[in-house]
Amino acid sequence: MASQTKKRKLSWKLVWKQRYLMLMSLPFLVWLIIFKYIPLWGWTMAFQEVKPASFALSFFERKFVGFDNFIKAFNDRIFGQTLRNTLALSALGIVFQTLASVSLAVILNEIRLPRLKKITQTVSYLPHFVSWVIIASIAKMMLNDGGIVDELFGRRLGLMSTNSPVFWGTVTFINIWKEVGWDAIIYLSAMAGLDPGLYEAAQIDGAGRFQRIWHITLPGIRPTIIVIVIMSIGGVLNVGMERQMLLSNALVQDHAMVFSWFAYVRGIGNNNYGLGTAIGMFQSLVGIILLALANRFAKAVGETALI
Amino acid sequence: MSAKMKHREKKDALHRVMPADIVLAVVCLIIMIVTLYPFLNVLAISFNDPMDTMRNINFLIPREFTLYNYSYLFREKNLFEPFLMSVARTVIGTVTGLICSAMLAYTLSRKDYFLVKPLSVLFIITMYVSGGLVPEYLLIMRTLGLGGKFIVYILPGLISVWNVILLRSYMDGLPPALQEAAMIDGANDFVIWWKVVLPLCTPVLATVALFIAVGQWNSFMDTYLYAKDLPTLQYILYEITSKAQMRIDVHSSQAAEQMKNAVSPLSLRMAVTIVATVPILVVYPFLQKYFVGGITLGAVKT
Repeated sequence: MASQTKKRKLSWKLVWKQRYLMLMSLPFLVWLIIFKYIPLWGWTMAFQEVKPASFALSFFERKFVGFDNFIKAFNDRIFGQTLRNTLALSALGIVFQTLASVSLAVILNEIRLPRLKKITQTVSYLPHFVSWVIIASIAKMMLNDGGIVDELFGRRLGLMSTNSPVFWGTVTFINIWKEVGWDAIIYLSAMAGLDPGLYEAAQIDGAGRFQRIWHITLPGIRPTIIVIVIMSIGGVLNVGMERQMLLSNALVQDHAMVFSWFAYVRGIGNNNYGLGTAIGMFQSLVGIILLALANRFAKAVGETALI
Repeated sequence: MSAKMKHREKKDALHRVMPADIVLAVVCLIIMIVTLYPFLNVLAISFNDPMDTMRNINFLIPREFTLYNYSYLFREKNLFEPFLMSVARTVIGTVTGLICSAMLAYTLSRKDYFLVKPLSVLFIITMYVSGGLVPEYLLIMRTLGLGGKFIVYILPGLISVWNVILLRSYMDGLPPALQEAAMIDGANDFVIWWKVVLPLCTPVLATVALFIAVGQWNSFMDTYLYAKDLPTLQYILYEITSKAQMRIDVHSSQAAEQMKNAVSPLSLRMAVTIVATVPILVVYPFLQKYFVGGITLGAVKT
């Protein structure tokens, strides 16, 4: 292998020989630079004052303001609630979503009728493929407009109309309903990879069903769970704006705002491009740092790490 | 013979129904009901007489069957254009996205390609850092001026690195002999990709096509941000849903007055919800067949 790569020295002959490969890939490099790297360069706006009029100016003509935009973001009237909501939603999501999907995977894994297992699984991930707009419409019918959940609990709790942490619960619940089947797939495939010999040995030793789950299945999928949790910790601030916007309404605004939406409201809504960029950049950088920390922590305690 | 008997005995023991199995079956039933009930409820409301629906909305079989909600939608609300828009972006977006991703993936699967390393790195970096919403918005709306143009549905999301990785790892697993044979025959790389590699990639192409298609059909944010003049079904549904008042307001007499007009907003909304969901249900059996392999493949390779 090494000798093979050594032989293939870069020469004009090689470049000419691979002209078709270049034709087939370089247009996408141009696309990548325009749609991914120019926005990254746009991070410089976080250190400038950029409003609709000054956007047309070149990079050097704009007014540099240092960390002013970041300070402005941290002192914003709604920064506190944004941080609180984002962290609360993420924490609820990580804990309950993982619990729910692992439980579903365990249940599916225990079913001995292949057909029943297949049907249940197929049904369970159906909502994953349905858009948030549709889910929001259905959720509103079920939880607010007199649907069954509304009839049972909604009138007392005001699931989608109370400006309180109740709304976090509602969002988490809907999210679990939508994604639990999909999330369970990864755990199920991890379970499928476990050594059947372990189960047979446990059976011979007289281990019951729950003991087998507790001592074989769950420890077996632990690395998978940890990888998924590490990734979710990296995404703690990245609560999507789409879901929040679609599920919320004016009544619950104080408990619905999250960072990506905050960036949009300040950046595009209030036309302060510099401020909006700073919020987005903060979100991105915190994500990368948290991912690295979680990864290092997992390594330190001797677990499988991501990188 | 006796070995077979023994085997059967063992199998019987394994197949004996335990109380735990019954509990599991019941749990499965509950999972299915919880997942399907809301969809069936929506379906029933959309086919029920809107006046009757206002009485109580919890039913799974239309009490007074009617097609009025749907005919009203397509006649009065002009749902036809948004429907075509959704279909157009799904078809065009899937075809272009699939071809482009597959082409890029092939060049990246060629270990002898002298740019393979730098290109892969540049693409993978973008999976971890992105400029964020505001710079992207400014690029698309101000710098490139794509706002309100159909191409905004296709170009910015043309390639997903995730899909490229999926395609490439499949291509990595193909036997190299066929490609080498074609090369000796003097075929150029483009022809090899089109004639030799792509036909071998059908399963993964189907997976990626379905991913792109579902994403396109379900996409809402790009209409909201960049092209409100080119509404898709999702956007129309969003408008109807967000305009529908919350319960607190519904009790006011004015809202009650509004509800009396023609079709109640809820029945209308449920009909649009069904129109926007049905295409997903139509491709669902295919999704089902192809994506499980896709997702586990991606999980292993990254």
